Amino acid sequence: MKIVIINYGAGNIQSIKFAIKRLGYEAILSHDVNEIRNADKVIFPGVGEASSAMKKLRESHLDKLIPTLTQPVLGICLGMQLMCNGSEEGNTKGLGIFDVDVVRFSKKVKVPQIGWNQIAKLKSVLFNDVDEKSHIYLVHSFYAPICKQTIATSSYGVDYSAALMHDNFYGTQFHPEKSSDIGERILVNFLKM
Amino acid sequence: MDIKDGRTVKGVNFVDLRDAGDPVALAEIYSQEGADELVFLDISATEQKRKTLAELVYHVAEKVSIPFTVGGGISSVEDVDILLHNGADKVSINSSAVKNPQLINDLVAKFGSQCIVVAIDAKQIDGEWIVHLVGGKVPTERKLFEWAKEVEERGAGEILFTSMDHDGTKNGFANVALSKLSGELNIPIIASGGAGNIQHFTDTFKEGKADAALAASVFHFKEIKIKDLKEELRKEGIPVRI
Repeated sequence: MKIVIINYGAGNIQSIKFAIKRLGYEAILSHDVNEIRNADKVIFPGVGEASSAMKKLRESHLDKLIPTLTQPVLGICLGMQLMCNGSEEGNTKGLGIFDVDVVRFSKKVKVPQIGWNQIAKLKSVLFNDVDEKSHIYLVHSFYAPICKQTIATSSYGVDYSAALMHDNFYGTQFHPEKSSDIGERILVNFLKM
Repeated sequence: MDIKDGRTVKGVNFVDLRDAGDPVALAEIYSQEGADELVFLDISATEQKRKTLAELVYHVAEKVSIPFTVGGGISSVEDVDILLHNGADKVSINSSAVKNPQLINDLVAKFGSQCIVVAIDAKQIDGEWIVHLVGGKVPTERKLFEWAKEVEERGAGEILFTSMDHDGTKNGFANVALSKLSGELNIPIIASGGAGNIQHFTDTFKEGKADAALAASVFHFKEIKIKDLKEELRKEGIPVRI
């Protein structure tokens, strides 16, 4: 199986590569359009600021490529947010895969949310053998509100999308590669699709 | 974990160093035992330091599936770049931020708030909390609460507050100062320094309003089991991952 992690200069991709290796698979890092198109599974990571990440995607023409992919694609954290219509962060237009706009947490809660939280209302093969209220690790200041494509929710002052799905596209606001055993199970579920 | 020349050490009041093992092996054990996050603080001062630390980060990232923070002698955007690329989730800066506060803004602009932790060591002098450098040895002109506010305004994602008056004493965390920090700031505060028993953790969450608690020797020397600690916290109504 060919697993490609999209490498566009955003985020801690080493951790994802290692997590996949611990599960017994190999992933390659690439920003090459053909390589990504020919992969069996594509992981779209990202941490940092939305508008500068989108700029990097545009520079390498990945903004045109990603929405046309047909194999299973998993966006993680900012990767998931960039797959939405747009983000309040830097007033960024997104890839438009998930029909929802990313907004900032209110000032009533500590921002960023850093740490472990629980996921609920799980509805996707991505969460096979994952219990309701399982703990996952996340770090974020912006969130995707609940929408039709929500397949898991979390709560931090407000209920929001912990994961999204549309056709072959999946996105998790949390970091499966940093979410211990539960995260590994979710990654395995994705890699076995 | 305090790291010196690639080994884990823990100082009592930051002076006497005792060896508590191999950091990668310890990291794996803590990850399995249920620690939520690990912090590595490099206190070595050799020329090889940067390379040794980057290698350590790489090996930890290879083995553990929970987040970890790395600090100690980080003073430039380039330093942070190397550590994040080797697999660190967050970096923590301390003296370099006090000497050059603009560094916080530069790091946040390049890497985002979420991975920039500012560590603050402070102790009370004549009733006033004063920021200290070099493991608590050198006092600065800065006052804790003002500095913490500035750190937040410059964009740091978290504050790791160590009370030098409590560190190594095992008498509990600095809950009064912590609670004030937590009330004045809108970013997460990690409590550090003073953990001696399970009750101290309960107190720092309830009284100190800490968002997270850090401890070293009570875990290194197996005085507290993480499992027991978390079960007790859950009984006390504090949300924890078990």
